[in-house]
Amino acid sequence: MSFLSFNHHKDVPLDKDPGTRFLPWLIAFMVYLAALSVVATAIMQSVSARWERGVSDTLTVQVPPGDSVKQDQAQIEGVLKILRAHPAVVLAEPIARTHVVSLLEPWLGNSRALDNMPLPHLIDVSLRSGMDVDGQQLVDAMNKVAPGATMDDHRIWLDRLIRMSQTLEWGAYIVLSLIVLASIGTVFFVTKTGLAIHQDVIEVLHLIGAQDTYIARQFAEHALNLGLRGGLLGLAAAGPTFAGFAYLYRQIDSALLPDIDIGLWQWATVMGLPIVAAAMGYLTARVAVLRTLRKMV
Amino acid sequence: MVIVKLENVGLRYGVGPEVLRDVSLTLEEGAFHFLTGPSGAGKSSLLKLMYLAHRPTRGLISLFGSDIATTGRDTLPALRRQVGVVFQEFRLLDHMSTFDNVALPMRVANVHEKDIRKHVTELLTWVGLKDHMSARPSTLSGGQQQRVALARAVITRPRLLLADEPTGNVDDKLAVRLLHLLEELNKLGTTIVMATHNEGLVRQFGHPRICIEDGRVEQMGPLRPAHRPNVRMEGKIR
Repeated sequence: MSFLSFNHHKDVPLDKDPGTRFLPWLIAFMVYLAALSVVATAIMQSVSARWERGVSDTLTVQVPPGDSVKQDQAQIEGVLKILRAHPAVVLAEPIARTHVVSLLEPWLGNSRALDNMPLPHLIDVSLRSGMDVDGQQLVDAMNKVAPGATMDDHRIWLDRLIRMSQTLEWGAYIVLSLIVLASIGTVFFVTKTGLAIHQDVIEVLHLIGAQDTYIARQFAEHALNLGLRGGLLGLAAAGPTFAGFAYLYRQIDSALLPDIDIGLWQWATVMGLPIVAAAMGYLTARVAVLRTLRKMV
Repeated sequence: MVIVKLENVGLRYGVGPEVLRDVSLTLEEGAFHFLTGPSGAGKSSLLKLMYLAHRPTRGLISLFGSDIATTGRDTLPALRRQVGVVFQEFRLLDHMSTFDNVALPMRVANVHEKDIRKHVTELLTWVGLKDHMSARPSTLSGGQQQRVALARAVITRPRLLLADEPTGNVDDKLAVRLLHLLEELNKLGTTIVMATHNEGLVRQFGHPRICIEDGRVEQMGPLRPAHRPNVRMEGKIR
């Protein structure tokens, strides 16, 4: 039984072809993979945007622990003075030790040993947006009051992360393109097989005056039907997969991975995949039939 | 008006010998011709040229005044829709009912479904197959299949009807009745070419002949019968 009912008679009995049985499953698998690729791309975009928002225009200064609390405080105050005097710095605030300990917990565990461990003092610095800082000059100045002080410019590792996420994004696009090409190829050859199986019927239709488009429409509507059926099946399978990934993602500590925000447009793209698969099937089958019929007299 | 005109037409399949050589013939509107000749002489090939299943390897073919060589491919279906064909092996579509087989040329011509139902039912009643409208062709007898094939060929009232041995596997009585049906269509203006081996029918019905032998064609007058059969057309054929 057809999923879609067109107001046309089906002169070519395509419903009983072997391709009719396996094509929806194949399209379902392709749509499933495509949905994963689209969501993976969306996640990459979301994560890199979060990272960028979170750490751009900020840097962190580390002051190594000294021999005494008094020395530590003098060094921190000296560094803060230099930082606050810099024109690019909007805010420079020391990070409380308890917060530093909580940042280390994902790696070192919730151990009391951290309480007695000499940890570097961290200063969180916010910069004016878009303003460049000569890092080396600033570090040199800070080292005069706090030897061994270092500056962690987040933009360096952020650039690397963004490059990595962009590479993964392109990888997802390539996978998506391969899926599209494989789907087009499959529909094309299934259609060609259908043409060969039903050559007699097509010849009769041709000889009684059917336009090529009349014959092509029958194959195209059949492929549209199968594409939509397979697409919805693939989408239905992708739903639980997304839910599973989301559950696993939530189990990972939020200090390591930011929250993911997939936009409405990206969800619309995923939801539209069955329609894209159906349209692709329709056009591919139509082109395949018209190209073949053009060889007839 | 000239319906079909062939000028010095030749046809060969692939690199084989010419199956038709220097064929020139003209069919006027309303003509009825028997196409005769021994098996393998090229009767079916000549009909295939006329219903545009093949292009000639040389020469000119004109159908309803259109030169086929210069007619665009998109225009050919419109010409084909004016030609009814009864194929030698009927070529009925087994996955369809008798009704749908006969309706096919109308559906291809995009006729409204209500009109299709009316005309197909009328025609199938006329050829005595009203009770077999939903039967698949494979369940019909040879004679019934022949009538379905004929009904499919004439449902759109074609200007030219080409019948390739339509009486090939029916008894003489039914053959005569089918000939009467063709004559009725001919009276309504359809030009008819009917390939046959049945010399008795050719003599009985006395239409002009297109004789084909060894790929060459000659238009000849009717074979004179000893007498014209006294069979009258009835309401339907059984």
